[in-house]
Amino acid sequence: MNHLGFKIDKVKIASFDFTCCEGCQLQLANKESTLPAFLGLLDIRNFREISSERNDDYDIALVEGSITRSDEIERLKAIRAQAKVLVAFGSCACFGGVNSLKNKIPREEAVRGVYGDKAVETMPSTKISDIVPVDLMIPGCPVSKAEVERIIVGVVTRAPNNLPKYPVCVDCKQKLNTCLFDLGEVCLGPVTKAGCDAVCPSGKTVCLGCRGPADDMNFPSFIQIVKEKGLSLDEMLEKLAFYNGFADYLDHES
Amino acid sequence: MIYKVISKTEFRKFIDALVKHNTAYGPRAVDTGKDGKPIYQFMPVTTADEIDFDYTVTHSSAKHLFLPYRDELSRFRFNDEDWEQEVRYEAPPLILIGLRPCDINAINILDEVMLHGPYPSPYYLARRKNTFIIGMDHLPLPDCFCKSMNRHTVNHGFNLFCSDIGDKYYLSINSSKAYTFLKEFMLEEPSYEDNCLLIERRKTIKQSFTTNIEVTGLPVFLDIEFDSPIWQKWGDKCLSCGSCAMVCPTCYCYSVEERFDVDLKGSSRQNHLYSCNLIDFAQVAGGHNFRPRNGDRLKYRYYHHYRGFAANDNQQICVGCNRCGRACLADINPKDVINDLRLERESCMICVSPSPDRT
Repeated sequence: MNHLGFKIDKVKIASFDFTCCEGCQLQLANKESTLPAFLGLLDIRNFREISSERNDDYDIALVEGSITRSDEIERLKAIRAQAKVLVAFGSCACFGGVNSLKNKIPREEAVRGVYGDKAVETMPSTKISDIVPVDLMIPGCPVSKAEVERIIVGVVTRAPNNLPKYPVCVDCKQKLNTCLFDLGEVCLGPVTKAGCDAVCPSGKTVCLGCRGPADDMNFPSFIQIVKEKGLSLDEMLEKLAFYNGFADYLDHES
Repeated sequence: MIYKVISKTEFRKFIDALVKHNTAYGPRAVDTGKDGKPIYQFMPVTTADEIDFDYTVTHSSAKHLFLPYRDELSRFRFNDEDWEQEVRYEAPPLILIGLRPCDINAINILDEVMLHGPYPSPYYLARRKNTFIIGMDHLPLPDCFCKSMNRHTVNHGFNLFCSDIGDKYYLSINSSKAYTFLKEFMLEEPSYEDNCLLIERRKTIKQSFTTNIEVTGLPVFLDIEFDSPIWQKWGDKCLSCGSCAMVCPTCYCYSVEERFDVDLKGSSRQNHLYSCNLIDFAQVAGGHNFRPRNGDRLKYRYYHHYRGFAANDNQQICVGCNRCGRACLADINPKDVINDLRLERESCMICVSPSPDRT
C-alpha cells in the first residue's frame, strides 16, 4: 500500500490492566477472521495476556481498568510518561466502570463483603482521566473489537478517528429490533453513545449505557419520557449509575 | 391493468409457491407489545403460513430492502503504487409481500429521487428492477393520515395489488410477470357483485380515517414559520436519536465513509443511512456545526417532508404512515407538530391589522 505516499509503520503498542476483569484486553485476541491481519499492524511491546515479552519502549498504551489503589496511581503515571498516546480502554478506564458501585457503600463494608476479615487497601474507584490526561477513549463493556480495529487502522493510515456521536437507537432501529420501551422496560439506548451495534437490545436485554452518554444527549426529555410511560425512575437511576458513565448528569440532577 | 378475483385459499397457494422458490419478505409478528398487540416487521418468509396477511402495520418500513442501512458502493484493491476500483450493481431477485398503498407510494417517491434526478443511483435501480411487489389494502389505524397526504390509494409502482373483498381478493394485475405467475392458479373474472364489493371496500377504507392533517398550502406556511418558537419547543423534547428517520419509508439521507480492510490490502466505500436529527448531520470539515440545536434539526426534517427539497422536485415526501410518530419515545408526531404550528399562526391572525380599505 504505497499509493498514499507514505510508508505504513507498525504501531508500537502496550496494554496494561488495572482494576478490571481484563475482558477488554481479551477482546484484542478475539474476532479470529481478521486476527492475523490485526496483529500484523501491531508491534506488541507489553501485553501479558498474549506475550511474555516486556519492553518499555512503546508509543500507544492501552489502559484497561479503573484506579482503586495508591500504587496504581504511580504505575499509571509512569505509563503516561512513556506513552505518546494513552488510550482509556473500556468502560472501567473511561468512567470508573462497574467497580464504582462500591463507591456508594462504606469502604469497610465493601471490603468485608468481598474479602472477609483480610485487610485490603482500597479507595473509591475512579476513571483514569482523574489521574492523568487521556488522549483517546474507547468505551464499552467489553470494547467492540470491530471498533478497536477501525481505530488502530486509523492510527496506522493517519486517518481521523471518530466514535459515533449519536445514540444507540440508530443502530437498534437498523436491526429492526422491537423497542424495549414498547415491551415496558427502561432502556438507556436513547442517551447512550452508539458504536456497539446495539448488541444488548438485539438480544432483548436493555442497554445499560456502558459506552457513556451520546454527544449532547437530551437528559431532561429522557427523564420525562420514563415518567410519562409510568416506568420506574429508581430503576432508571440504578441503570444510569451502573457503569458510572452518566455521573456528570446524575450529580447535576441531585 | 388487468382485474381478476382469487379465493383467499387459492391466493395462499399462489403466495406459497412464490415464496418457496424465491427470496421473499412479508409481514410477520416478531413480538407482543406491552399492550398485548403483535408487533410486525417485514421479515424473510419461506412459506405462506409464516405471513400474517391480516397484519396491521409494520414498525419499520420496507425501505431498507431498496436502500440498505449500510451498503457497499465500491471496493478498492491496492497494488504497490496503484489501485483498482470494483463496482457492482447486483441485486438478487426479491419478492415483497403485503405492502400498503402508502408504502408503495413511498417507493414511487424514492424512484423520483433515486432514478429521475440528475444523478440516478444504479444501486437503487438494480434492487428496484429486481423486486416483485405485491400490495394489499387495509383499514386505516387510528393514527394513519395517508389520506391527508393523498397517499391512501396507489395506481402504479407494484406488480400486483390485492383488495380484500371478504372470501376473495380483488386483484389489480400491473405487470406481465405477475400475470404469467398467476396463470397457473385459479382466477375468475370479477362478477358484478365483486365489483360492488370492491367499491364498497374502498368507500369503507376512505371513510375510516380518523386522523386528518390540513396540508393545503403547507409549503408556504412552513416558509413563513421558519423562525417560529414552536420548533425549539418540540426540539426540546427530541432525543436526536434518529428513530423517526430509520423507520420512515422515504427518509433517504445518507453519509458516505471509507473503511480500510484490516490487512490494508483494500478498502470499502460505504453508504449508510443517516438522519438529519442526529447531532453531527450538519457538521462540516473543521468542526463547524450548522445545526447544533435539536429544534433546528427537527425543523429541517419537517421541511424536507412537508415543504420539499429541490432533490425531490419540491414535493412533499411524507406518505402519512405515522411510523415516525409511533417510534418516537418523546411522542413527537406530524399531526401534533403541524397542528401546533397552524394554531400559532391562526391565533396570530386575529391580531393582524385589517386589509386597507378600497379607495
